[in-house]
Amino acid sequence: MNSFVALSPWDWFDLLTHYAMLSLLSIGGAITTAPEMHRYLVDEKHWLNDDSFSSAIALAQSAPGPNVLFVALMGWQVGLNAGGGLAGGFYAWSLGALGIVVTMTGIMLPSSILTYKATRWSHENSNLMSVRSFKSGMAPIVIGLLISTGWLLSASHSDWSLDWRLWLLTAASIVIMLRTSIHILWLMAAGGILGALGFLSA
Amino acid sequence: MHLEHPSKPEGSASEHSLELPLKQPQSKTEMFVVFTLLALQGVGGVLAVAQREMVERRQWMTKTQFVEEWSVAQVMPGPNIVNLSLMLGGKYFGVSGAIASVAGLIVIPMFLVLGLAILFGGVSDSPAAQGALKGMGAVSSGLIIATGLKLATSLRQSPLGLWFSSFVAIASFVAVGIFRVPLAWALLSLGTLSVAFTFRALRKLQTESQLKP
Repeated sequence: MNSFVALSPWDWFDLLTHYAMLSLLSIGGAITTAPEMHRYLVDEKHWLNDDSFSSAIALAQSAPGPNVLFVALMGWQVGLNAGGGLAGGFYAWSLGALGIVVTMTGIMLPSSILTYKATRWSHENSNLMSVRSFKSGMAPIVIGLLISTGWLLSASHSDWSLDWRLWLLTAASIVIMLRTSIHILWLMAAGGILGALGFLSA
Repeated sequence: MHLEHPSKPEGSASEHSLELPLKQPQSKTEMFVVFTLLALQGVGGVLAVAQREMVERRQWMTKTQFVEEWSVAQVMPGPNIVNLSLMLGGKYFGVSGAIASVAGLIVIPMFLVLGLAILFGGVSDSPAAQGALKGMGAVSSGLIIATGLKLATSLRQSPLGLWFSSFVAIASFVAVGIFRVPLAWALLSLGTLSVAFTFRALRKLQTESQLKP
């Protein structure tokens, strides 16, 4: 647990505006601004330590739900620390809740309003040549980006002699996903069980 | 660049599918529930599940429409899946639909993640848990790649033609996946080029269709 940090109302406001600014920069997802969040929360303000920062990201990525929830976990942790940690009782828990509300509002509201307005506009003007060109023209790029996301996730296993099992599993799930309409949860469960039983490690 | 598909001179660059007619969500509650279920199924990202649910199971949109909506979700700031959900909610039910969809995506999964954080303090270090995470990660990257490949079949309807649009898709994969070019740069450079070519192709189609009444 972190050492005790007190947050003034001004600090909360700073947190909100900082996340609101990051929201507008978060093209490709909130995770793209994680380095800046680290600089702000850990290096500059000392509201979080390195461990809780990385574990928030790791947990949000391995749990169900959108990855942006790592922001909620960080907000929770910041508030909780400000209230004296889990042992701080109701006071700490409410500050944790406040942390979630502040960070999630900050990271989601500005980008959501912008996206909503932009989409409304593009639906109303969907016959404009520029709107049609944009949507059809971006399609191949977005498809390429998707495949690279999947690729980058597997490319972190770079040692063939150790990781060939993981690559095999990835390849198998590509084929199964393309050829069958089996429920995605079954595939995930199979991967999880194989891993838990140690079939995937050397 | 050649136009392999002069078959689509008019229309919103998307439809003309021979598939079943599209369906529609019935209520905001349905949006909330659908996005909650969608979020709970997605470990390490929700995109593969979204494509499955929206296009294949619920048939709210065609593959082409999905890619087009996803393009917008991708270039706007904010989490892609959050953007997609609020765009869809807004399309069917306005602002309150958008809020219902995003809430579905966020609220229940958030309590779940928070519960895990409080109970276990993070991700467990035990070899079994780490192994399970690795296994699920490997599956999930496979699912994302498969989703990309599936959506790639929609490029047949691209105004750029199948070959040229596939080339652009491969170029963006090589740039970001292999050479690790930052996303914003890839979107800006390749995106501008691709949109400009598409604009030219669409205009050519338009003038051709005006010449041939």
